[in-house]
Amino acid sequence: MPKEQKVGCARPTGGVVGEAAPPEANQAAPAAAKEVRPMVQVGKKAPDFVAPCYYEGKFASVQLSEYLGKWVILCFYPGDFTFV
Amino acid sequence: MSTDSMFVHKMWVDHELSKMVGAGAIPFPMLSDGGGRVGSVYGVYDQDAGVDVRGRFIIDPDGVIQGFEVLTPPVGRNVAETLRQVQAFQVVRGSAGAQATPSGWRPGKAVLTPGPGLVGNVWQEWKVGMAFD
Repeated sequence: MPKEQKVGCARPTGGVVGEAAPPEANQAAPAAAKEVRPMVQVGKKAPDFVAPCYYEGKFASVQLSEYLGKWVILCFYPGDFTFV
Repeated sequence: MSTDSMFVHKMWVDHELSKMVGAGAIPFPMLSDGGGRVGSVYGVYDQDAGVDVRGRFIIDPDGVIQGFEVLTPPVGRNVAETLRQVQAFQVVRGSAGAQATPSGWRPGKAVLTPGPGLVGNVWQEWKVGMAFD
């Protein structure tokens, strides 16, 4: 479950867990970065990840696999303060 | 989860969401996806716009994706439909896969039990009107 995190000046980031880091070559070759990634598939494992979060008034870090044993609804949206 | 930082999430709660649902009432972690790294793996990161589009994934207790829906930003989700799908997947899981929920199923409606006897006989168990509420 979410673990409280110390807040520094750097903007915290998360990332995918258990897979190779995204190739740094992407930065050198933006054309390659445009390659279409395959969509995840139903019936297959959800890729695990760690992400910083804001939860119950605190800054924390959460990992998807901590929720094994529960149903999870993972929602992406384009941005805070947008309209829908 | 969006590409906003968790600091922006806090300001959004403080300045807007708290006026919709009350202070401290967001019951789930608001995740930050800097650089769209998680969205990229899930196939919902729009590199041109630099944001995660409106993707919604139902993940079961084994960590398996049972369903997803992805919309372009201007159209919002139907939360009731998401909950209906979770309820349907829970029925299927609770029956260890013996039962299936036909089109239009919602809690209280009949489920199907697939098997040799049901082949060619779904028309007797399920009527077109049942596809609609």
